[in-house]
Amino acid sequence: MDWTAYLPMLWQGATVTMTITLAAIVVGTVLAFFFGILRVEGGPILSAIALCYTEVFRGTSLLVQLFWFYYALPLVGLSFDPITTGILVLAAHAGGYGAEIVRGALSSVSVQQLEAARALNFNRFQTLFRISLPQAVVEMMPAFGNLAIETLKLSSLVSLISIADLTFSAQSIRNITLDSTSIYSITLVCYFAMSLVLMVAIRVIEHFVRRGNVFPRSAHS
Amino acid sequence: MMYGYEWDTTTWITYTTSILPIILIGLTVTLKAAAAGFSIALVLGLVFALLRRSRVKAISWTTAFIVEFLRDTPLLVQLFFLYYVLPDFGVVLPAFLTGALALGLQYAAYTSEVYRGGIEAIHYGQWEASTALNLTRAQTYRDIIIPQAIPRIVPAMGNYLVAMIKETPVLSVVTVLEMMGLANMIGERTFEYLVPLTLVGLIFLLLTLICSAGLHRLQQVLPKAGIPLR
Repeated sequence: MDWTAYLPMLWQGATVTMTITLAAIVVGTVLAFFFGILRVEGGPILSAIALCYTEVFRGTSLLVQLFWFYYALPLVGLSFDPITTGILVLAAHAGGYGAEIVRGALSSVSVQQLEAARALNFNRFQTLFRISLPQAVVEMMPAFGNLAIETLKLSSLVSLISIADLTFSAQSIRNITLDSTSIYSITLVCYFAMSLVLMVAIRVIEHFVRRGNVFPRSAHS
Repeated sequence: MMYGYEWDTTTWITYTTSILPIILIGLTVTLKAAAAGFSIALVLGLVFALLRRSRVKAISWTTAFIVEFLRDTPLLVQLFFLYYVLPDFGVVLPAFLTGALALGLQYAAYTSEVYRGGIEAIHYGQWEASTALNLTRAQTYRDIIIPQAIPRIVPAMGNYLVAMIKETPVLSVVTVLEMMGLANMIGERTFEYLVPLTLVGLIFLLLTLICSAGLHRLQQVLPKAGIPLR
């Protein structure tokens, strides 16, 4: 069988990989901001909860988390299809790392900015959303870019909980044809290409964030 | 039963205590795989970093491409590639070595960037002094630059070691029986996945918390010993 014959099936897998990765990045970003802000602004109890979340998802292996949720969720009566489980676990994992990025960027906003906000009688929400976050988001972009690539790479693990993503398709074609060399070479190139596209997309987003088109102009500029 | 240990699934406490010895055997495999993989990553990463700094454009660009490719493709697929493709070319390695090699290759791409940062952080005066002393480029790297660069990148390398420990469960897909593989196997036989998987998760959490505390300590000790970290 010619290697071009594999492409339709691999493409189908690649669309699943792309869907899962994008969904996990979006949900993960929301989780990252939620828990990252809680870490900084949440008070003792809420920030302790956020700390537990980040430590658990950063400290245990992603594959263990995937299998755990795959087998554990049905036991408590929540049965999702594997794709939803895969997306949620990937998102929670990325969210754990992302929350640390958000926390780091928020705590690196200079004290003078916060003092100025206070002098202007901004309340906590105004300070957070109009002063801290717009400056912090620019700082976060490179780290979030790396996290997005990392999520794409880790999404290959969902093939192990029977989701037909790119890696899964490659495995099934190999099991039929035994033509390992060309299948895995094509798969690696596909992942590399997707990473490059993702990188370009992140650059574009970063460009817009830097120009201040997404968030209101920060007070100091 | 596995490795001579009988399991007892009557309550979760007896289940946990009865499978703990099996999981701990898996833990030694996990740590061995991480140690082997990290050794490969440390050596290969330095080679990549030096080749990347080569003055021959063809060499430095090829290395840059290889590093980028290794960094941007999943460990799992690289592992399958090595596991299934190498035998086609007559290289038959045990699964453990294939796994360690895959971990090593992926992390060599990461460590090479750390080495590069460490080498570039050395003041250019050191290079000028070496030139003045008539040292060759190789001598300068060996005796001047690398000995100064290595102590300051220790914490960054430590972070990658912790990350690598957490990625070793991937090796279970090529039949390396580390913690996670054993937990899955116990689950398959007893139909009780939750306890073994939770146990493995907790052991990973404990491992990473200990390692992070150690690294934190290291970051405080090193500057006091006169080694700048940046």
